[in-house]
Amino acid sequence: MPLISHPNLIVGIESAEDAGVYKLREDLAIVQTLDFFTPIVDDPYTFGQVAAANSLSDVYAMGGKPIVAMNIICFPINKMDISILQEILKGGLDKMREAEVILVGGHSVEDDELKYGLSVTGTIHPDKVLTNKGARAGDKLILTKPLGTGIINTALKGELADEDSVAKSIECMSSLNKKAAELMTEVEVHACTDVTGFGLLGHACEMIEGEDVGMVIYSSRVPILPGTENYAKMGLVPGGTIRNRDFRLFMIERAAGITDEKLLILFDAQTSGGLLISAPGPQAPVLIERLHQRGIRDAAIIGDVVEKPKGKIVIVNEE
Amino acid sequence: MIEVDVRGFSCPIPVVRTKKSIEGNPDQPITVLVETAVSKENVSRLAQSRSYSVQVEEVAGEEYRVLLNPPEK
Repeated sequence: MPLISHPNLIVGIESAEDAGVYKLREDLAIVQTLDFFTPIVDDPYTFGQVAAANSLSDVYAMGGKPIVAMNIICFPINKMDISILQEILKGGLDKMREAEVILVGGHSVEDDELKYGLSVTGTIHPDKVLTNKGARAGDKLILTKPLGTGIINTALKGELADEDSVAKSIECMSSLNKKAAELMTEVEVHACTDVTGFGLLGHACEMIEGEDVGMVIYSSRVPILPGTENYAKMGLVPGGTIRNRDFRLFMIERAAGITDEKLLILFDAQTSGGLLISAPGPQAPVLIERLHQRGIRDAAIIGDVVEKPKGKIVIVNEE
Repeated sequence: MIEVDVRGFSCPIPVVRTKKSIEGNPDQPITVLVETAVSKENVSRLAQSRSYSVQVEEVAGEEYRVLLNPPEK
C-alpha cells in the first residue's frame, strides 16, 4: 500500500498506531480511531461497555480527549433478538456518557456474527501527541491495569473460571483509561501505548523496536488478575497469546525463575487493557501517587527503560 | 488405550475435553489428537500440571499425537 503523506498529517498509517492525528491549526489536531470486535462476555450490556471503553482507549493512549463517537454494528437480525442489540447499545452509550463523549450517529449491517465498536474522534494539541515511540533510558514504565483478561476469557469459555476472576476481569475491561490519560498529560511523559492484542510484552517490544533503548521488566511488580496464573498452568491460554510469545521471543531475555506460565501472562492478549507509560524517573512516582489517589489502584511501576541491551527486554523477578 | 480426538476444535475445548478424560480415567494413559501447535502446548501444560509425563509425536504438518502418562504411584 502506498504511504500517505501530507504536511498536516502528524500520525499516519505508516506508524502502525491505533489512531491517526491530523493538524487543523497550530494549536489543534484531531485524533481519529475505529475499533470493533465480537463478544468476549455473555452479557450484552457488559459487552457494549467493554467495546466502547476499548474503542475510546486508542484516543486516550495518545494523550487525546475523545469528543464524539459513532456506533458500528454488525448484527444477525434473523438469528438474534433485537433486545440484545438494544442492551449492547445501552452499555456503549452509558460508557460514552461516563467518558463525556457524545454519540452522533452510527451504521449497522446484517452479519452472521455479532460485532460492535465505535469510531471515535478526539482532540489534542499537535505538540503533545504521544505515540509508542520516544521512550528514553532512565524512564520508568508504568502499567495502569492488571493483566490476564485473555486467559480468564479462555477459562470462562471452558466454564472453568471462578466468579471472582470473571468479575475482576470484567471490571478491568470495562473501565475507561480516561483518568489515567488525564493524569498522564499533567506530567512529562515520553511515550504511551495501550495494552491490547499483542499483550504487555508485545506492545513493549513495539516501543523499543528500531530505537536506541531496551527494557527491564520486574515480573513480580506487574499487576495480574486473580486466578490468571492458575488458569495458565491448566493450559487455558488463548492461541493469540501463544502466537504473541512466539513472534517476539527473539527480543526477550528471561532470568532463571521466570516460568513459562509467567512469560505467557506477560504476553497475554488483552481486551481493553491499561496504558503502558514511559515516564522520566523523577516523574514516575508522582504519577503513580496521583493514579492511586484517583482510584486506579492497580497502577504500578513495572520496569525501567535502559541503554543496554538495546532492542531487548530482560525479564527479571525483582529489582 | 483411551483416545481424545480434538482435531478441528480451538482453545479451550481441547484442554476441557482432556481434563474431563483425565478426571474420568485416573491412573490411565491417554492419547490426545490435536491439530494445532497451540493445542499441543496447552494440552501438554495441563497434563504436566497434574504430574503426567508428556510425549509428543508429530503425525503430519501441524497434527500431533500427545501421549499422556499418569504419574507412577
